[in-house]
Amino acid sequence: MRGMKLGGRTTMKVRTYGRHFKEGSKNLVRNGWMTFASISAVTVMLLVVGAFLAVIMNINHFADSLEEDVEIRVFIDRDAETSEQDNLEENIDTLSGVDTIDYIPRDEGLEDFIDSLGDEGDYFESLREENPLNDVFVVNAENPEQTDRLAADIEGMDHVENLEYGQDIFEQLFSATDFIRIAGIVLIAGLLFTAIFLIANTIKLTIIARKTEIGIMKLVGATNSFIRWPFFIEGLLLGILGSILPIAALTYGYDQLYHAIGERTGLDFFEFLPPYPMLLQISVLLVVTGAVVGVWGSLMSVRKFLKV
Amino acid sequence: MIQMQDVWKTYPNGVMAINGMTIHIDSGEFVYIVGSSGAGKSSFIKMLYREEKPTRGEIFIDDKKLADYKERHIPYLRRNMGVVFQDFKLLPGLTVFENIAFALEVIEEKKDEIKRRVMQVLDIVRLKNKARFYPHELSGGEQQRVAIARAIVNNPSVLIADEPTGNLDPDTSWEIMHILEEINDRGTTVLMATHNREIVNSMRKRVIAIEGGRIARDEVRGTYNNES
Ligand SMILES: Nc1ncnc2c1ncn2[C@@H]1O[C@H](COP(=O)(O)OP(=O)(O)OP(=O)(O)O)[C@@H](O)[C@H]1O
Ligand SMILES: [Mg+2]
Repeated sequence: MRGMKLGGRTTMKVRTYGRHFKEGSKNLVRNGWMTFASISAVTVMLLVVGAFLAVIMNINHFADSLEEDVEIRVFIDRDAETSEQDNLEENIDTLSGVDTIDYIPRDEGLEDFIDSLGDEGDYFESLREENPLNDVFVVNAENPEQTDRLAADIEGMDHVENLEYGQDIFEQLFSATDFIRIAGIVLIAGLLFTAIFLIANTIKLTIIARKTEIGIMKLVGATNSFIRWPFFIEGLLLGILGSILPIAALTYGYDQLYHAIGERTGLDFFEFLPPYPMLLQISVLLVVTGAVVGVWGSLMSVRKFLKV
Repeated sequence: MIQMQDVWKTYPNGVMAINGMTIHIDSGEFVYIVGSSGAGKSSFIKMLYREEKPTRGEIFIDDKKLADYKERHIPYLRRNMGVVFQDFKLLPGLTVFENIAFALEVIEEKKDEIKRRVMQVLDIVRLKNKARFYPHELSGGEQQRVAIARAIVNNPSVLIADEPTGNLDPDTSWEIMHILEEINDRGTTVLMATHNREIVNSMRKRVIAIEGGRIARDEVRGTYNNES
């Protein structure tokens, strides 16, 4: 009697991968509309994820550039005497981490402001009679990490009306985008589950359609993983195909936007992230997300409907 | 070699299909399993390739306890057994060649080896000229032969056939029987459940008669009924 072949081979052969790939693709075609619906769901989800990522990455980039800002603008009480202003300057100077202190008298500040507006500045000429501005100390920290602490210390000093530094804008920006972020995450979670659900359903259809075939495969000695692989590949393909359109749309759209905005001046405080490497990073993430969603969806159905 | 020691099988719904079977079948034997409908023939067969597990008792295949097989090793047990089903279980979308090759593809056999083996078994079941046909283009007897070819293409040491002559006319049934005998002559153990009295009585082999899930009779060159 011939001996039993136990244990078997653990590594899969290349031709086997080829077969699984072929079977997985065949299933895609066979499922027609469900395949289309699944890919569309992944596409919509990844479009939102991609756009959301582009926005978040730009906000983070902006926040980083603000964090690097060492400048604190200290607005001095309008009724402070010259001697009191000098006192304040000395007090600031004694703080550790202060690099430079520049004094900008209110008249000079107004001059700069009107100049910066160019022709339109003429409308503000009348302000010269009743200058609404404060005298300002522009304090530069030695390094960005100290900006926060210095600002807090200066804020507590006498004759400081208020002050302005990067962190402020940063926090305002974030409280404004908090809503957007939460809404975005909820939306993405909803779309994610829709996509997974649709993929799981597509795979379920395949499993039901191939019931007899799977039964025969089992009886002639196919291993469980051999039987499952085509379904994972089908899910994987659904996910990856769903990522093509979002990547194309995002790459094209962002590139257009970047060049359109880049050609306009005036927005120099806010700088868009250059398309490269950001778009590459997002693209990789979208493909991976699509693949994970696809495999996850098929895993759910294989677990539930493929009792091997 | 197949061995059963006091095997019982009660289905979840309470039906007691096998009630204490002890049996020993050597390799190379040809065995008819006879018995009336519902006697437990299919249940007996299904436990051999582990479609069903016994409720009690031990089954040994080649001195290996079936109960000791881990779930992931069952495929390797099945690769050593060919099973022919009464309803053929051919895939309608595949040609004769592809249906047989399927059994080798799923165990990751090489392409040229698959081709060689499939042509070899098509020769044995005399269907070489119909390799490109689809199952619906074949007669019942031809489909049965494809099912046999698929069962033996992997060179199993045991061939199990559940009523392989079920719906066939006498001539075709004999054709199938000659093929099974030929396979047996090559050293393969053949187990065949059947209701076909004429065949059992003419082509004398070991007969195991099952009644109510027990072995009622076990004869070396037996007949379908006791009295004959
Ligand atoms: N999956 C199952 N669940 C519950 N009961 C079953 C199952 N399979 C078979 N039975 C019962 O077990 C008993 C034996 O059935 P089995 O199929 O083994 O008979 P058989 O000898 O093969 O009959 P036949 O000659 O008609 O094929 C029958 O009473 C049947 O109803
Ligand atoms: Mg039966």
